[in-house]
Amino acid sequence: MKNKHVNAIVIGAGAGGGVVAKELAVSGLSVVLFERGDWVTYDAHNDDELMSQRTHPFENPFGPDNKRHRRVFVGPNGTSRIVLPHEYPFSNNAACVGSGTVSYGAMAWRFMEKDFLMKTTYGHVEGSTLEDWPITYQDLEPYYEKAEWEIGVSGDHTGNPFQSARKKPYPMPPFAYNKDGQILHDAANRIGLHPFPIPMLRNSVRYNGRPACYRMRTCVGFACPVNAKCGTHNTVIPIALQSGNCELRTNCQVAEVMVNEKGLATGIKYFDENDKGQIQTADIVIISCAAVETARLLLNSKSRLFPEGAGNNNDWVGRNLQGHAYTGASGIFEEEIYDDVGPGACWAVGDFNHDNEGIVGGGVLCNSFFTPPYAFTRLRPPGAKQWGLEHKAFQRTNYKRISSVRGPFQEIPNFDARVTVDPEVKDHWGIPVARLSGQRHEYDRIGCQFMSDRAEEILREAGAISTWQAVGGRGLSGDQHQSGTARMGNDPKTSVTDKYGRVHDIDNLFVADGSLHVTNGGFNPVLNIMALGFYIGEYITKNWNGGTFTSK
Amino acid sequence: MIEAITEQIIPADQDAGATDARVVNFFDRQLIGYYTRYQETYRKGLQNIESYSLKNFHKNFVNLDWDQQTEFLETMEAGELPEAEWESNEQRSFFRMLLDHTMQAFYGSPRHGGNCDYVSYKMLKIDYPHVIGQNRYRSENGNTNLKAL
Repeated sequence: MKNKHVNAIVIGAGAGGGVVAKELAVSGLSVVLFERGDWVTYDAHNDDELMSQRTHPFENPFGPDNKRHRRVFVGPNGTSRIVLPHEYPFSNNAACVGSGTVSYGAMAWRFMEKDFLMKTTYGHVEGSTLEDWPITYQDLEPYYEKAEWEIGVSGDHTGNPFQSARKKPYPMPPFAYNKDGQILHDAANRIGLHPFPIPMLRNSVRYNGRPACYRMRTCVGFACPVNAKCGTHNTVIPIALQSGNCELRTNCQVAEVMVNEKGLATGIKYFDENDKGQIQTADIVIISCAAVETARLLLNSKSRLFPEGAGNNNDWVGRNLQGHAYTGASGIFEEEIYDDVGPGACWAVGDFNHDNEGIVGGGVLCNSFFTPPYAFTRLRPPGAKQWGLEHKAFQRTNYKRISSVRGPFQEIPNFDARVTVDPEVKDHWGIPVARLSGQRHEYDRIGCQFMSDRAEEILREAGAISTWQAVGGRGLSGDQHQSGTARMGNDPKTSVTDKYGRVHDIDNLFVADGSLHVTNGGFNPVLNIMALGFYIGEYITKNWNGGTFTSK
Repeated sequence: MIEAITEQIIPADQDAGATDARVVNFFDRQLIGYYTRYQETYRKGLQNIESYSLKNFHKNFVNLDWDQQTEFLETMEAGELPEAEWESNEQRSFFRMLLDHTMQAFYGSPRHGGNCDYVSYKMLKIDYPHVIGQNRYRSENGNTNLKAL
C-alpha cells in the first residue's frame, strides 16, 4: 500500500529532529518522523556499566547494532578498515527515539557571542576553515530560551559572568554541589576564577509532569530510571504525537532523499522495520541524522542536478567534521572527596572560553562525571602499573579520592576531516556506508595543552597531592559532539545550507542538527542543536504556504 | 590457564581476586557470546603462551611459580619475550586484550558472568544495589522522591 503524502518528513528523532517535528506538528503540518532505532527504557540495561553509552565493549546499548551497521575509517597512513558501531572511531550517536538525549550527561550550554564570530575574533588560522556563522548569538537567543523552558533546564542564570546576555532565568533552580564540586568551587574562587553550577537538562525540582532527580551515581551513559533527565523523547516528541499530526516510524532506515528535475525534494526512499523498501513523499524534507549520517544521506541522494549528492555541487558536504578535543587533568586527594551524590559533574568555570592570551578559542572546564569501576581501571597517572597487587591497591585507595577537571576544547575546523561514502562497503540494506578520514587541526593540541594546564592548577589549589594531565589528541574528531558537515553560510560556494538550514538550491530540503555548526563552541553542543531545531522549525512554519515549499 | 592469568592480573589479597569473582565464568560466557569473534585470537594466544612456557621453562604455564608467571606476563606486556616465535606487537595486543577483558569481568555487572556477589564493589566500598527512594538519595528540596513518584 502506498504511503499517504504528508507535508513534512523529519529524518532522525534526536535533539534536532525531535524539536522540528514538534514545531511543525503543533502548527498543523502533517509530519512523519523517521527513526532508525526504537524506544529504549531504563530496564533494558539498567545501571550495567558494560552496557552504557560511555563504555560499551560488547555493543551499543542504545544502538545502532553491530549486525546491520558499518563504517569505514581511513587512518592517517591512508589504510582503511571497517569499524563496527561500538568500536572506536565509529563516531557513534545513539540510534533510538531521543537519540543521545536519552543517555547523555545533559549539560545545557548556550554558545557565546564570540562562538558565532570565530573568524572575526581570531582571524584566519593557517590550514583551517575557521569562519563566522551566518547567524549571531542574538538571532538564536529566543530559541535557546525556548529549549530551556520547553525541554527543561536547571541552573543559575547569574552564575557565569562570561555568558552572553540572556532575557530569562532558567525554569528550575540549580543543583547543589557534591563534595568534589564544592572543593573545586572554593579553590577556583581562591585563584580568582568564576565558578558556578553547571546548567543541566535535568529536573532539579518537579517539572513538566516529571519528578526531580534523586542524584544517582549512574546518570551519564544511562537512561534515567525516574525520568528526571530531559530529552526530546520525554518532552517534544510526545507533544508532537499528542497533536495528532505526527506519526513516528521507528526501526526505519532511510536510504536517500529523492530530488526531481526542478531541483526540489519529493520525498524519501527507506527500508521499513521488515526491511521492505518503501517510498514516502512530502512537501518538505528535514534531515536530522547528526553530522556523520546527515552527510552520508546527502551524499547518497544523487540526482541529475546533483550528481555528487544533494547540496554537494561545490564539494562541501561532509567537510569540516568536528567534535570536541576533550582535555584536562586528574588529581589524587588526601581525603575522600567522593560522596556518591550523582552524577558527579556539577561545577564549571567559563573563564577560559575566550580571551586566552595567544590561544584561539578555548572551552569550559567542569568536574567530571563519576567514573564507574571498570572505566576507573584506566584512570591512572602515566607509567602506573595496570595490573597485579598495585592495580588493586590503587583502586582500593583512590576510588573515592580522585577528581578530574576536564572540558571540551573548541576545535579549529579543517577541510580534510571529512565524511564521504565508501565506494565498496555497504550496510545491511545495501546502502553505501560512511567513510571517515582526516584528523584534527594541529592547533587543537596547543589549545588542549593550555586548558589541561589550567585544569591542573585548579586541582592543585584544591589540595590534590598528585596530579597528571590527559591532553586531547589529534585523532579524527566527531563522536557524540559531531558537527560541521553541512555548514550553514551565506555563500553557496563555501557552505551547504543557508542561514535557515535550507540546502542551497533545494528549496524544500532542510538540515536541522549539529551538521550546521560552522564552529562547535567550547561547550557540549546539545542545547545549541535544540535551539537550531526551534529556530528552523519556526522558519518553516512561518513560511509554509500550504503546498510545495519554496522561497522563490 | 585463563584462571591463572586472570588471578595474576587481579590477585586475591585482603579483598577477593579474579578467581573469587568467577572471572573465568565471564570468559566462558562471552567467548560464545559477544566475544565469539575473539575465539581464534584466544586459541592462538593461549597456545603461544603455553608453547613458549614449555619450550623455555619445560612446564605448563599454570605450573610455573607465582613469580615466574608474573615475570612472564610482564615481559609479554612489553612484547619482549626473548626468542618467541610470536611477534612483539601480537604479544602486547594479546596481553592488552586479556587485561581489558579481566577488568570487565571483575568490575562489570554480574549479569555478564563475573564480579560474583559484587565483590569488586565491596572492595571499592560502593554500595549495591541502588535502592530507589533510599533515604540518602534526596532531591533538592530535601524530600525523598518516593512521594513525588
